[in-house]
Amino acid sequence: MDMITIPAVNFTPILPEIFLSVLAMVLLLINVFIPGDRKAYLGYLSFVGIVAAGVLVAAGWGGHIESFSGSVVLDNFATFFKMIFLVSAGLAVLISDQYMEREGCNHGELYPLILFTVVGMMLMASGTDLMTIFLGLEVMSVALYVLAGFNRKNPKSNEAGLKYFLLGCFSTGFLLYGMALTYGATGTTRIAKIAAVVGQMSLPSANIMLVAGMLLMLTGFAFKIAAAPFHMWTPDVYEGAPTPMTAFMSAGPKAAGFAAALRIFLVALPTLQVEWSQVLWVLAVLTMTVGNITALRQDNIKRMLAYSSIAHAGYALVGFTAGNGTGTAGILFYMLSYAFMNIGAFAIIILVGKKGESNGNVQDFAGFGVKHPVLAVAMSIFLFSLAGMPPTAGFIGKFYLFSGAIQQGYIWLAIIGVLNSAASVYYYLRVMVFMYMKDPTEEFDWMQVTAPMALCVAISVIGSLIPGIIPSLILQFAQQAIKLI
Amino acid sequence: MLGAYLPILLLVIVAIGFGLVSLVMSSLIGPKKFSVLKMSPYESGCEPVGTGQERFSIKFYLIAMLFILFDIEAVFLYPWAILYKKLGMFGLIEMGIFIVILFVGYIYVWKKGALEWE
Repeated sequence: MDMITIPAVNFTPILPEIFLSVLAMVLLLINVFIPGDRKAYLGYLSFVGIVAAGVLVAAGWGGHIESFSGSVVLDNFATFFKMIFLVSAGLAVLISDQYMEREGCNHGELYPLILFTVVGMMLMASGTDLMTIFLGLEVMSVALYVLAGFNRKNPKSNEAGLKYFLLGCFSTGFLLYGMALTYGATGTTRIAKIAAVVGQMSLPSANIMLVAGMLLMLTGFAFKIAAAPFHMWTPDVYEGAPTPMTAFMSAGPKAAGFAAALRIFLVALPTLQVEWSQVLWVLAVLTMTVGNITALRQDNIKRMLAYSSIAHAGYALVGFTAGNGTGTAGILFYMLSYAFMNIGAFAIIILVGKKGESNGNVQDFAGFGVKHPVLAVAMSIFLFSLAGMPPTAGFIGKFYLFSGAIQQGYIWLAIIGVLNSAASVYYYLRVMVFMYMKDPTEEFDWMQVTAPMALCVAISVIGSLIPGIIPSLILQFAQQAIKLI
Repeated sequence: MLGAYLPILLLVIVAIGFGLVSLVMSSLIGPKKFSVLKMSPYESGCEPVGTGQERFSIKFYLIAMLFILFDIEAVFLYPWAILYKKLGMFGLIEMGIFIVILFVGYIYVWKKGALEWE
């Protein structure tokens, strides 16, 4: 009897994924076997686990290992993105306990779900096969649907979960159909092989099935990164979901969408760059403009940041449209900085907020600068960074994104981007006007800054400032990361 | 290249056409005789009790969901069992990991009390 030959499998590329999966399962069991209402220790355990996974990921820097017959790869690109996911998950875990305790939904399942989300995102970043990427996307999405509806006693959270689930499934359909058509046109799902087959076509843009597949995949990813006009779900989901999860969702999964899309479009379909960059051009302009203009009118600060997160996806799409070294390195740089500044801002929102998601309007920040000067300075740094002012990380990130576009000759795209960025200053600074120039109407005496909260704010401040002051520190890694694609 | 998909297109057209034609034709030329007994909901031949749109306990859905989860486990065991000797030690370890993952889920469900009816 002949044995089936099992290909040699190297587990090194997915070591962090395995570690986090096992940790998540252990936490799930700890949660049911150890009674008690306080679940903070699960948060501490998962934070330690995330840091350990970060060490594992960092140890793989500089390597290039393919495994599982070339469907998973360990390269600098994957490693950089894995770091972004771990940063956003780690910061989200830090701010979760206090919020969940306050809102009365401190269920221990939160932390395993976050870890499973990270596993899915990591598979998306390291997958070099359309099926692996899809699998990662599903692992990430299914856990995220639950996280969005985690506060099940709150109707808004329920709405968020259901809406995210329905539209997420819908968009997954687009993505999968696109992958199926791409497979039909090229006969393979391996990204490197797709590139080889498409490269041999005499006129790939005349291959209707391939172009349709590419556009459907683009649509699927546009849903996931909340690019206009596929952004309709974002404000409701971001507003309804528990605030720490909103912070997490707008940083980690968005970066994961970019990771997978960058790999597919830059590695598998570079011969169609003229075609897809035209579509991305329109998407980028729409996304920036719709996000910023709608954010101008929001009073609810969570909703405002939801629209601002749409706008930020638009800025990153500018770099994607350029598709050159500067632009793509800019995306990596920007996604990492965005994780810090965005989750930092959400941490302050959680601190200011009261039970039942109340006290979340811009007006509620009146006099915050007088009552809590340190936290107000931190919030100002996050807002400055989001608005893209020097010397913050947001400025440098936008600088590289837009200069990438200019290098490729997309002058108008860069101009629209800068104009948008200028418009966004209004709604970011509006919060600061309330913080510093209005008299306090409240004493903010309900606020309690716990140690994890303080740690999250401190890390976020460092993360939004250091890359802005010493850009080369992060940028050199980003540039090495994109060398392989 | 696209021509290779012509049979599939034909199949889709025939399938949709057959469904449409049989529905339209039976409503056009089929005899229509109504009686009280014929229009009443079918309840296994017994006299109908209550309406057909009752609310079910959510527990049924939970059980159904768990059934599907563990059903899929069993489905995966079949191909493995058929190729057991060819897969050898590797297959055994892989399947062991798969079962352990599902077992963790089973313990979780059990301890959460999802298997208790009351």
